[in-house]
Amino acid sequence: MFAKEDRLAKWHIGIAMAALFIGGSLGPLQKLEHVGINLYPALSNIGLKSYYQGLTIHAVLNALVWTTFFITGFFTFALPRSLNRPLKYPRLNAAGLILMVVGLVVAAVPILLNLATVLYTFYPPLKAHAAFYIGLTLVVIGSWVCGYGFYFTYGDWRKAHPGERTPLIAFGALITMVLWQIATLGVAAELLWLVIPWSLGLVETIDPQLSRTFFWFFGHPLVYFWLLPAYVSWYFMVPKQAGGKLFSDHLARLVFWMFLVLSTPVGFHHQFVDPGVDAKWKAFHAILTYSVFLPSMITAFTVIASLEIGARNRGGKGLLGWVRALPWDDPSYTAQNLAMILFAFGGISGLTNASFNMNMTVHNTSWVPGHFHLTVGSAVTLTFFGISYWLVPKLAGKPLWNRKVALAQAWTWFVGMLLMSNALHILGLNFGVPRRTMLGVAPYASPDWDPFLIESAIGGIILGISGLLFYVNMLGTVFSKATLSEPIEMPVAEPLDPTPAPVWLDSWRPWLALAVVLILIAYGPVLYEMITNIQLTSPGFRVW
Amino acid sequence: MMHIDRHEKIFIIVSILLLVVFATTLGVMAFAHGYQVPEPEMVVDPRTVATPGFSPFAEPGLREVGPNEYEAYILAQTWAFLPREIRVPAGSTVTFYVTSKDVQHGFRLENTNVNMMVLPGHVAKLKATFDKPGTYNFVCHEYCGIGHQTMYGTLVVEP
Repeated sequence: MFAKEDRLAKWHIGIAMAALFIGGSLGPLQKLEHVGINLYPALSNIGLKSYYQGLTIHAVLNALVWTTFFITGFFTFALPRSLNRPLKYPRLNAAGLILMVVGLVVAAVPILLNLATVLYTFYPPLKAHAAFYIGLTLVVIGSWVCGYGFYFTYGDWRKAHPGERTPLIAFGALITMVLWQIATLGVAAELLWLVIPWSLGLVETIDPQLSRTFFWFFGHPLVYFWLLPAYVSWYFMVPKQAGGKLFSDHLARLVFWMFLVLSTPVGFHHQFVDPGVDAKWKAFHAILTYSVFLPSMITAFTVIASLEIGARNRGGKGLLGWVRALPWDDPSYTAQNLAMILFAFGGISGLTNASFNMNMTVHNTSWVPGHFHLTVGSAVTLTFFGISYWLVPKLAGKPLWNRKVALAQAWTWFVGMLLMSNALHILGLNFGVPRRTMLGVAPYASPDWDPFLIESAIGGIILGISGLLFYVNMLGTVFSKATLSEPIEMPVAEPLDPTPAPVWLDSWRPWLALAVVLILIAYGPVLYEMITNIQLTSPGFRVW
Repeated sequence: MMHIDRHEKIFIIVSILLLVVFATTLGVMAFAHGYQVPEPEMVVDPRTVATPGFSPFAEPGLREVGPNEYEAYILAQTWAFLPREIRVPAGSTVTFYVTSKDVQHGFRLENTNVNMMVLPGHVAKLKATFDKPGTYNFVCHEYCGIGHQTMYGTLVVEP
């Protein structure tokens, strides 16, 4: 029934994994450079010109390509199954995928030729080759088209099922794609209006502050676009894998709506120390950022309660002793549970970043990569590994190559990330070590940093090994000669309380309206002011 | 009706209260203790900012504006701060004005809360008081090209 969907999902996920393989491989090189072992000159034969070109590849492939392709692939697989109907226009979804692939290739060429060493934030007036920006735009547009394919399919489901509540997995997937649609309007404005004409030489100058503001309009909901698919799995799949039920269907739905409404009007918490943004707007975004912390707190309670139901069903006893009864022998489960634990730490450090004036103690220090390797690098990526441990066998029709290797992979990722992120947080907070910097040759580097740089490097190498274990297992599975002894089904958690959610928790209009109103309040006056006083005074620079 | 478990309801209320406590703390820090974030100060044209007569950054450096009160005009460019070194006596209060004549840079001064983005076209401003003699680095924390890691300067607080 889902052959077309599965064929598309295989391409999405295959490309995602190839991207992460290349991007991830460069991570340990950065860590080694920081402890004085610079391997980049040895890699100049294969065209890698500098630390910063490597860092650009690491960030673009991991944060943009791996995430976006995996998410669209995961939903191409899961949304039709959740609605129990095939994609309405599989060719539309195929067109979306093709646009994404074309965009990826167009953007990759200038990156690999060292014509776009601008990191993934591409802050103007650093000026890359136009193909880099055009390629990124095509990837985004392609992902929109995949979303449209989902909306049409959902529209038909809705007509066929009046009065029913949207099945939860499809519900989460749709909100994620709509959130992405809203978020990417910011980067689309930046690229199409300001950056691409400038990079093509049609206009001479650009406004760096306005560009940054558009970028972070996109940049923060971007992180929820990464996170919500992990939440789809944590809420609606993992409880089933743990033998339990979803503790609260109603609150789960509310949480997804809260993310849709609150994740965009908070972008200034990335710009607390920007010189061109008024402090009262920064403070307003800070308060909204605090409120977007709330749905994650609710998630912590609901997901843990759902897991506890599973553990007690499996014979778990005691106030905390039930934790031992969770399916720790299942790599898909284990990877995702460890991802949740790392996310708790990431949430705490994120709250510091969000804290207005307190952010000045850590802004742009290595605290920040310490934070986001716990979130996108663990909560998201380790969850996607966990999903892959059932999804790739399902798509390949082969059993997982080696369960023990998969368990070792999850635990080594956990340990490596604890070491690395702990060290990065300390370096940022205690020593103000700048992020995204070739520290091994920085003249201001202090010997006091060394123990932590070494800890971070050890963590990075463990992560590199863990990543290899993942790829060995994936390739082993895909090329295995074994066949599945029993079919794999997508795990779907039942709600504990089957009472249908109230209609307002399954209605798009009020929540979309609220999202638009909040964005207009939080961004409208500032953008109006910036655009009417636009400062097109910066020519481009190629300084790498 | 929306159903929420009693324990979860308590958890949510406690979470909200916690966030209110945090936000209040930040407010007290901002208004009672003066930990302010940078605000729009002045716009400049990065193409002429280093040209004499067009902006105070054409002659970057330290200016004494009162007893133990200084203003430091610092121009960021790939890959150096001008001036590279600033010397003030202990007990001085220094207001830093920083802008860029090319790409985006960052400015973070060791052991202080002075941490700001430096954008071409805008003047970033923060103030700090220096009681303890010593040498403090100010470091560029935003990627600004191939020489980014070499970009820093020093503030010397003399006894």
